[in-house]
Amino acid sequence: MKKILNNKNTRTNLITYLVVIVAFVIMQTLYSLDMLSNSMKGYLVPICAYVSLAVSLNLLVGVCGELSLGHAGFMGIGAFSGVVIAALLKDVIASDVLRLLCAMVFGGLLAGALGFLIGIPVLRLRGDYLAIVTLAFGEIVKNLVGNLYVGIDSDGFHMAISTSRMELLEGGTYLIAGPKGATGVEKLASFPMGFVLVLLTLFVVLNLINSKEGRAIKAVRDNRIAAESVGINVTAFRMKAFVVSAFLAGMAGALFGMNYSSFTASKFNFNTSINILVFVVLGGMGNILGSVISATALYVLPEAMRGLEDFRMLLYAVVLILVMLFTWSPKVKEKTEVVSEWVKGLFYKLTGKKEVGVNE
Amino acid sequence: MKKLIAMCLALVMALSLLAGCSSHSGSDSDALKIGMTGPLTGGNAVYGTAVQAGIEIAVEEINADPNNTLKLEFQPQDDEADGEKAVSGYNVLKDWGMQVFIGTVTSSACNAVAPLTVEDEIFLLTPSATAAEVATAGSSTFQMCFTDPNQGASAAEVIANNWPEAAIGIVYDASDDYSSGLYDGFKNKAAELSLNVVCETSFTGDTKSDLSTQVTMCKDAGADLMFLPIYYTEASYILNYASRIDYAPQYVGCDGMDGILNVEGFDTSLAEGMALLTPFDANATDEATQSFVAKYTEKTGEVPTQFAADAYDCVYAVYQAAVAAGVKASDEPADICAALIEQFTSMTFDGLTGKGMTWDSEGMISKAPAVVVIDGGIYVPMD
Repeated sequence: MKKILNNKNTRTNLITYLVVIVAFVIMQTLYSLDMLSNSMKGYLVPICAYVSLAVSLNLLVGVCGELSLGHAGFMGIGAFSGVVIAALLKDVIASDVLRLLCAMVFGGLLAGALGFLIGIPVLRLRGDYLAIVTLAFGEIVKNLVGNLYVGIDSDGFHMAISTSRMELLEGGTYLIAGPKGATGVEKLASFPMGFVLVLLTLFVVLNLINSKEGRAIKAVRDNRIAAESVGINVTAFRMKAFVVSAFLAGMAGALFGMNYSSFTASKFNFNTSINILVFVVLGGMGNILGSVISATALYVLPEAMRGLEDFRMLLYAVVLILVMLFTWSPKVKEKTEVVSEWVKGLFYKLTGKKEVGVNE
Repeated sequence: MKKLIAMCLALVMALSLLAGCSSHSGSDSDALKIGMTGPLTGGNAVYGTAVQAGIEIAVEEINADPNNTLKLEFQPQDDEADGEKAVSGYNVLKDWGMQVFIGTVTSSACNAVAPLTVEDEIFLLTPSATAAEVATAGSSTFQMCFTDPNQGASAAEVIANNWPEAAIGIVYDASDDYSSGLYDGFKNKAAELSLNVVCETSFTGDTKSDLSTQVTMCKDAGADLMFLPIYYTEASYILNYASRIDYAPQYVGCDGMDGILNVEGFDTSLAEGMALLTPFDANATDEATQSFVAKYTEKTGEVPTQFAADAYDCVYAVYQAAVAAGVKASDEPADICAALIEQFTSMTFDGLTGKGMTWDSEGMISKAPAVVVIDGGIYVPMD
């Protein structure tokens, strides 16, 4: 036990889990006591989705050192395929939770598979090509789904790129209707499921980071040539990080989609990708707990500032700049270190243990 | 430097505190609370702010009426024409205690919110979300505007009656559900009426600032009539480019075209002769329209479009129904909803955008589609 707690990585990981679990317990208790406002209730599931997105992107941007500008594309893939799967399984699986789970897993797998396909050529290259290709990927997904019609009727499943090629029989419904996007979506997402997704994301990402693979991925980020010289297969490890990140984004997308009765392909545009990237950058590259906190705070912030009306987007930008200046200022860093030392001291006082040298 | 940052942060916090107060302190418990969400910022803000101003004028008028027994209170929320933000905005309005929802402005956002209002039993009347799905979401969702497929079909009939021989070119926005809904409705009806469509071309929201290819395609296909089921901003680019390449077809537009005469920096003479289906004419001589236009122009400095007029009518329709049903401001939203549904499916309403409007049990409106032609910079009813 002592050894585990003295390991700095394990300690930070435990704190991350603890923060998430405590936050969930508090919110869920307030929820069941009906003490949350309607708007607060509405934020819960999207926050879970955005936290998972930010953490999964952090794996790619912070840990692997690759820039992705198309995370919303993977999210969109997950959302739309998840909705289709959930509708198809409606008569097969009665349980909503199980159906949502199937949808999320399928959405994740599809996003992961597409990530793998993109990765094959791109991850072999040096330089910023991944950023360019993922940017294009996001736009392709948006435009493709924006013209895609998927319907279901007594004859079965139909898919086409224009309405004229698709005639649904009486009683058939469109699951995805081109520019209208997915309509009539069943709201399967719930806060506990969102929490499970966040935990899963944290579990996967944190374990990956602290594993042999994770060390290899970090080695590739820090010095590609040195990593290659010790026999690390650079492409394979970058691919691992990229596919895991895409998979988790697809799952989060499915959860996000299932929280709204209707959403369009244009939701998953460049702006959303950048938004997720902002969560990651502001939370700190490679800092998983930072991503969790910044995704939550930055999602709620513009909503909480609704009262400011037209000024709220302006102030949102001001807050972003201030947080950036604030967290990077050396003086503030000094102060936070003092606080964290104090907390650490308190922790050891309480557990009655002396601090042992931090071992990696 | 540190002091400056600290002061800035303090200022931001103080501001947000103030904001938190202002949104609650103004509430008046003996007024019927009307909420609205729409794009008040971002690329679609013209439509959202028009609706907001239209509602505000109607609410001010009703509250100023000394004989009125039912006061109204109004709160708008921004949704950036996005479903996710619209749901957040709707939840904020619910916390405020909204009893009737007039929104949302755009169709895709409304598709996300409409099922929630049905679940919460809050009456929904949208001024401008034209997707058929909005009305069919439940028995408590109503529209003040035509649905897209119906309006597209009406446009095809207008063309068949007036220009039966025309070679038709169509340019629509494939990424926009309003535009592609109109296009689908038009195409089905055009096939039925055997109109001669020579060119169908589309653009998306990302490529709408340059539509030269689409215009050239229509010109090369020999189209002498262009059907433009799009919003006026994009239409102004098309008209501009067409005049530059000496291409002057007959233009036909739908209600989204209303506003083309007010586009900044646009030579309105290019729009001469254009026919459009619009329920509202700002130059109409009747007293109600004149007074609305005067108030709107005073408030915003612009001439109102059908978005504003539809929003204005929404408030009056809700007011008329609420008074007829004896709704009190202290009633629960669900009771108000049931009372309004009963009124709306049985009443007849006269407003700026039509006389003798009625609603069917789905919530779709029936009013006469008016066709106007732009002549001398104003709308003239088409014979």
